[in-house]
Amino acid sequence: MAPRTPLPVTATPTPATPATATPATPTPVTATTARGLVREFDGRRVLDGLDLDIAPGEFVALLGVSGTGKSTLLRALAGLDRQVTGVIQGPENVAVAFQEPRLLPWRTVLANVALGLRTREPQTAARSALAEVGLTERAQAWPLTLSGGEAQRAALARALVREPGLLLLDEPFSALDALTRMTMHRLVLRLWQRHRPAVLLVTHDVDEALILADRVLVLADGRITFSAPVDVPRDPNRDQNRDRDHPALIELRHELLRQLGVSQEG
Amino acid sequence: MPRITDVPVLPPASTAPDQASEHPAPGPPATAPDRPQQPNQPQRPSRSQRPKRPKHPERHRGHAWARLISPVAVVLLWQLVSSAGLVSAQKLPPPLTVWRTAVSLVTTDSPAYGTLQGAMLVSLQRMAIGFAFGAVVAIGLALVAGLSRVGEDAVDPLMQILRTLPLFGLIPVFIVWFGIGELPKVILIALGAAIPLYLNTFAGIRGVDARLAEAGRALGLSRTEMIRHVILPGALPQALTGLRQSLGVAWLALVVAEQVNANAGLGFIISQATQFLRNDVILVALAVYAALGLITDALVRLLERRALAWRRGLLSQ
Repeated sequence: MAPRTPLPVTATPTPATPATATPATPTPVTATTARGLVREFDGRRVLDGLDLDIAPGEFVALLGVSGTGKSTLLRALAGLDRQVTGVIQGPENVAVAFQEPRLLPWRTVLANVALGLRTREPQTAARSALAEVGLTERAQAWPLTLSGGEAQRAALARALVREPGLLLLDEPFSALDALTRMTMHRLVLRLWQRHRPAVLLVTHDVDEALILADRVLVLADGRITFSAPVDVPRDPNRDQNRDRDHPALIELRHELLRQLGVSQEG
Repeated sequence: MPRITDVPVLPPASTAPDQASEHPAPGPPATAPDRPQQPNQPQRPSRSQRPKRPKHPERHRGHAWARLISPVAVVLLWQLVSSAGLVSAQKLPPPLTVWRTAVSLVTTDSPAYGTLQGAMLVSLQRMAIGFAFGAVVAIGLALVAGLSRVGEDAVDPLMQILRTLPLFGLIPVFIVWFGIGELPKVILIALGAAIPLYLNTFAGIRGVDARLAEAGRALGLSRTEMIRHVILPGALPQALTGLRQSLGVAWLALVVAEQVNANAGLGFIISQATQFLRNDVILVALAVYAALGLITDALVRLLERRALAWRRGLLSQ
């Protein structure tokens, strides 16, 4: 990522430090580090000296009240914000899936997935990525003919086909209906298991964060104010989903809601 | 007279109906497509109208025949009024007379008018040269202005000044500068065509959905790839709307330009007929103008259907 970010980066790609035991994968094993990120909008500090670490292959969920700068942080990590100052180091390949699918409506689904792909056979890679998200039949379709869930899956395929070391998800499920969202949760977990990118999922849904992530963060006042591992086993028979009613999850949910300023007694 | 018929302007691609309903608040509010700015020309036959495309085209198709009823009724009434002698046949020749005149203008090479098809070819050629010239310049300038700030600062002010000039008010100046031959006619047509096309193409380029552009940057697209895959296709719908508008203005400019000392073409036929008080001949020539305008408009519609096939999913919903 470092070469793509226009930040004053003192970037030597960090040496591969496999902090967690990740299975052997083709993705480069580089941790993501952000130090002292500052971003102001009209004098208002949205990011205020933010520090963040994401281990290779780690699934991190970032929670925060609306307007706390979750998306700002994500855009900074994606190298899309030229006005952030601070130091960001991370994997070479960073991919983003946005809240809206943002497919180019005038290119077929397949062409969208293959867009900007620098591998030797982009079409083949794009086809297999579409197969992974179950969209083989819609490869030649126009994006406007897709349902919301299909479009979001195509966007996921477009992100994953780049074999990212860091996958940034900006509330990608928030616009989907509840059933489609559950299907998408499973799909994301399955894809994450297979490709093992580090994931930063920005969400405002506490349950979503608890089901999916290894670690949950809370962003407030421009910094990460809370960080806790989700020490609840995943169920390998349910695509690594978790049991929502696990006591430890319930306890963590209470704590997160408290951190987010939502009273339980109300 | 070429009419600018209903332009099927669709919502911007990023706000397809299905998405709009499923994304209650997708980031910045989806803005309406920039309405093509139009030059302030009171002479314009009709302003491009708001979209009136029916939600269910297939249901509309049955109406096609129904829409013929009122025009046919008007022509019948016209014939009846003329046959009954209620208006002078000199002032308003009945449809049958106009038709017979048209046939004789095609079949006989009269010394006063030449042939209708010959005149039509002359006018068509004028139009083609002027329009092609204007379109190439307009698209070139729109690209320069749309793709770079420096280009915008250099080109756009001039075009904005140009668009406020009354097109037909320039005729006397053009006669002084370019004489009364073909040149002022072609330049008038080119100018009329260039302005709506420039304004729409420029607005189309600048109106490309910023979120798509950001997605393109996130995918690591180069500047060239960005222009090719995101900006130009995104600008195309509005550029095509501009193309149809500019055709309308160009036909109008042709009609006016041909009134000025034409010694060939449809305008020549009209000025001859005026001297001979032959309103039937004038009506025939006007009908040819109208038909040519309709044909070119239909051609652009066809081009739109092919080039914008990706919007079909949106239309069929």
